[in-house]
Amino acid sequence: MRKLLFQNLLRSPLTIPAPAPSEAALAELAAKVDQAARKRLGRSLSIREVDAGSCNGCELEIHALNNVFYDLERFGFHFVASPRHADVLLVTGPVTVNMKEALERTYTATPDPKWVVAVGDCGRDGGVFAGSYACVGGVSAVIPVDLHLPGCPPTPMQLLQGLLALLQAQDSSQGS
Amino acid sequence: MMSAGSLQIMLNEGQPVAEHRPWRRVVVTAEIWNALLEGLAGGAWTMLGLWGETGMAHLALREDSSETMIVASLPCPDGRFPSVGRIHPPAQRLERTMADLVGLQPAGVPDHRPWLDHGRWPVRHPLGAASPPMGLLPPYRFLPAEGESLHQIPVGPVHAGIIEPGHFRFTANGETVVRLEQRLGYVHKGIESLLNGATIDQAARLVGRVSGDSTVAYALAFARAVEAATETIVPDRAHWLRALMAELERLANHCGDIGAICNDAAFALMLAHCAVLRELVLRASAACFRHRLLMDCVIPGGVIADLPADGVKTIQGLIAEIRHQFPPLVELYDNTASLQDRTVNTGFVRPALIKQFGCGGTIGRAGGRAFDARRQPGYPPYDQLEFATPVLTESDVNARVWLRIHEVEQSLSLIDQILQRLPAGPVRVELSSPGQITEGLALVEGFRGDILVWLRLNADSTVSRCHPRDPSWFQWPLLEAAIENNIVADFPICNKSFNGSYSGHDL
Repeated sequence: MRKLLFQNLLRSPLTIPAPAPSEAALAELAAKVDQAARKRLGRSLSIREVDAGSCNGCELEIHALNNVFYDLERFGFHFVASPRHADVLLVTGPVTVNMKEALERTYTATPDPKWVVAVGDCGRDGGVFAGSYACVGGVSAVIPVDLHLPGCPPTPMQLLQGLLALLQAQDSSQGS
Repeated sequence: MMSAGSLQIMLNEGQPVAEHRPWRRVVVTAEIWNALLEGLAGGAWTMLGLWGETGMAHLALREDSSETMIVASLPCPDGRFPSVGRIHPPAQRLERTMADLVGLQPAGVPDHRPWLDHGRWPVRHPLGAASPPMGLLPPYRFLPAEGESLHQIPVGPVHAGIIEPGHFRFTANGETVVRLEQRLGYVHKGIESLLNGATIDQAARLVGRVSGDSTVAYALAFARAVEAATETIVPDRAHWLRALMAELERLANHCGDIGAICNDAAFALMLAHCAVLRELVLRASAACFRHRLLMDCVIPGGVIADLPADGVKTIQGLIAEIRHQFPPLVELYDNTASLQDRTVNTGFVRPALIKQFGCGGTIGRAGGRAFDARRQPGYPPYDQLEFATPVLTESDVNARVWLRIHEVEQSLSLIDQILQRLPAGPVRVELSSPGQITEGLALVEGFRGDILVWLRLNADSTVSRCHPRDPSWFQWPLLEAAIENNIVADFPICNKSFNGSYSGHDL
């Protein structure tokens, strides 16, 4: 183990430079984010991921945000185990009817101020599962959504750009 | 004891269904059905699937001794069929699902609880004679555990990690788990209903999203079932590119799983390094096929596009990099006693249970069951490739880690061979249009185990009925057995060593 750790000390990091925030996400946020919320959240955001019926594709790419290439934590984002600790709910899936109540209860359990980010084409409108008896179809049909990050699944880079837009939205408000 | 080939003989009594390929489907009487169940309960054959449609129950079987695969169909005009689960427990959850979705009632079972239907859908029996719901279902009763000082721990459906939802009900005595009962169905999306009437293109996209981590394997199983039904001959190069994608998918998932299992023993270093390998595979996949997870790349008739000019070089570079980085990680796992302390003897599954459930994938092969669908029934190009099927017998978390390690090595070798011998030629063909109702069946080895897809196509080539069966159906119940007498704190590592699919199971 020491050898491996030592090698890593000498090797240049694999982490990519921070990308620019997504323009589309910034535009969506500008219209939605409450000024007071921005001030209270600061630059450090705790994220609770909720799978509301995803195929697991989005989860795989959200996981990838934690690998050394994307290293989400360097920006102040941190995944937490409980909605009680969360500022942001990252919700995937077309919201199955069987998960609807669990999603509502998770939302209620998250303290204000909070933001909801709907991830993936399913989270936007149900995606390929839209129209099923077993799907509500889109996160915003169940809880208020502040930001949509489409894709099937969105790549870690797209997720990162979207989440960085969240930070930028706060920064610009603090300056004002 | 039944002799080899007795499955064939038994089914000769039934009525064969025309246009079902490549294996036979036979309509049987209740008498033959019951005889089949006895052979199943006696271990003469393995259940590959059990599903229903209005007025008909289908049972897919495999006789290991003769390597025969077959679908037996029992007409049930009164909506009932002799229960398989009554004498063969692996069928119980599948039967509860048939009752929920189709309205077919298994006769003679003690457990009438619904499984996927939580009493919330706006419709009852969506795949059968759909009717409005009956109103609130009675509260779900978990199975009892009796004894002194027992307490229950409910977990989920929303879990602590970035994972899929499901409910686990533990009954524990102090730290020791006395009973675990799963309750799944939270991510049921009604995929089978969406498939009814879908065009082949729409259906391929849907089946490719049954379980996102196995999108290549599902797309491949669906494509092979369609090609069997329509008697479409796929060009050679497409077979080889499909195998390339399937092995990339296996590589990515196994690398991710090895790291994640170690992380559940708080050994984050392995996760960090294995996640790098996984990311490298996904990046190479995206560079070659324009999708990191390879969604919608395998299509009925072939593959969506050929490798780009520098594709072979990109993947060869990837293989060289993993061959360089992976061995030190294996050595690290092997030499870290504190890590092995968590994995050795943890989450043991009795090999007899694995055989009874026909449990495939890493769980099956780490517990002595050598089944690998790439070999048997087999499909091209694996018959032309050299690879070993690693099998271990310890059947604990450690064995499941090692099995993944060995399979990573095999996949690297397979990818090497594929790149060296990739035949030239087209990569897709138009599907044949038989102009009549046809049926197809396929069994494909995903990273998690064997995936079955059965389908019936209408004369206009739309889907009449399609049933994808995830390997997890025969793995989730064994997790309940694996955790018994382990401590609650070892559940995450046991669960991760299984890595069952919620979405694939809940459908």
